[in-house]
Amino acid sequence: MSWEETNKDLEAYQRTLEAQKAAGTDARIAEGRARSKAIRAHRDANPDEAAAHAAQARSAAPAAAAAAPAAAAAPAAGAAPVGTAVAVAAAPMTSARREAPLPTGNIPEPKKGAPEKHRLLAIVPPEGIQRVEREQGDRVHTWPHLLIEEFIAMLILFAGMLVFSSIINAPLRELANPNLTPNPSKAPWYFLGLQELLRYFHPMVAGITIPTFILVGLAAVPFVDRNPSVKPGDRKIAITMFTLLFMFGAILTIIGSFFRGPGYNWVWPWAQGVFFEL
Amino acid sequence: MAKIQPPNLRESEVWKSIFRPGSIYRKGYKDTSRDRALATMNNVLWHLHPTKVKRHGLKLTYTFCLGGLSFFLFVLLTLTGIFLMFFYRPMADIGGAQAYTDMQIIRTSVFFGDLMRNLHRWGAHLMVLSVTLHMARVFYTGAYKPPREFNWVVGVVLLFLTLGLSFTGYLLPWDQLAIWAVTVGTSLAGYSPFIAKQANFLLLGGAIVSPNTLLRWYVLHVLALPFVLVIFLAVHFWRIRKDGGISGPL
Repeated sequence: MSWEETNKDLEAYQRTLEAQKAAGTDARIAEGRARSKAIRAHRDANPDEAAAHAAQARSAAPAAAAAAPAAAAAPAAGAAPVGTAVAVAAAPMTSARREAPLPTGNIPEPKKGAPEKHRLLAIVPPEGIQRVEREQGDRVHTWPHLLIEEFIAMLILFAGMLVFSSIINAPLRELANPNLTPNPSKAPWYFLGLQELLRYFHPMVAGITIPTFILVGLAAVPFVDRNPSVKPGDRKIAITMFTLLFMFGAILTIIGSFFRGPGYNWVWPWAQGVFFEL
Repeated sequence: MAKIQPPNLRESEVWKSIFRPGSIYRKGYKDTSRDRALATMNNVLWHLHPTKVKRHGLKLTYTFCLGGLSFFLFVLLTLTGIFLMFFYRPMADIGGAQAYTDMQIIRTSVFFGDLMRNLHRWGAHLMVLSVTLHMARVFYTGAYKPPREFNWVVGVVLLFLTLGLSFTGYLLPWDQLAIWAVTVGTSLAGYSPFIAKQANFLLLGGAIVSPNTLLRWYVLHVLALPFVLVIFLAVHFWRIRKDGGISGPL
């Protein structure tokens, strides 16, 4: 029976709806609550009809339905006046019984040409639904598209590393000797930018202040740059600043790696040779 | 004589118990939308990914696979590192630098030892590079913008940890290159404000790079830092999913 056909207390409906809306309930949920309130209010006011409704529901139950509708209605009529029960028994069945197909255990095949859709897994109250308003967008399946791409990238990298590692040996110098300082002595390459800075600044600035500033500055990037756009055209300042910083670090590292020789003095790598080890 | 049918392995109960429905190794895998989704969802490694990804994320020039390759390098470094741990002792006391001797043994006598060490060392340098480039890629695609701000911060921590792992590993061969690079690198800690001496002592386990430093950095390198890194890595991957997958498109 649809909402329009159901007997209900429209006044209770309006009252509940407004109360729910005033309480700030979601419009959809408020309407649902108001409807149920309206139907219940009507049934409370008309117990005869409520009993009839219960009897009708019972008579629609599978076992009793076909055999003896009147007999099925009788026990429900116990509390209610007899006349009503008879009236119900005589009333036509409003909804025919529908059988669901037996479970087959087979995996259902998606229909050809049917749009891809999500299946409903469970019935949950509307309050329990977190509504995400997002377009499904242009998406592809992770398997096989993304996973194969990742696998190939991994294989290429691994193959390259195997070849490189088979040909070029990692350095191993003579045993450590705390009394013999090599000239030049350099930090690992990723710190050579900082070592280069030591030439220009006090160690506290080059070794503590600047690295701390860079790390904290990097971590703060998303909280400083509040520009919501990701289009390169809208981000000229951010991109310029990051590129400058990145190039600054790269150039310092390259200078420290290849252009510094004995005594950490300037050398031209093509003239005096390279003083750099990985 | 009755022909003996070989048992079909893929129909056996054992096989079916290992490969969950939707696995591409399971009999009856069909190239349908459903089985493709299950193939990702029902695999312990692959369900790091959502079942579907934005199409532009497949474009090589969007990610350059840098994040994934950094993770692959981390796995490779863990595996080769475990191999090397079987043959290496972090001892360098007066009268016998066991660490250095072990390095020579790895290079000359251990089966595949040289290759494993090379892979480990070159992989470590490459990982510093790939993590740095990954950060640059994320910046240029604006992928740190809401709701991904926190994941960027986690990424900065991961970069810092990567540098720490690489630097602590640098000392372990205990050759001239190692101790002097570390001496130069850590000398900067001696300039930190207020806690210069304490910072230096904490880092080196003494006033200079010594056998104490070796043990300290070994534990940091093989256990402490990887432990912390894996935790941050888990948060990093989890947040990618929670923040709506790959960023973009531009």
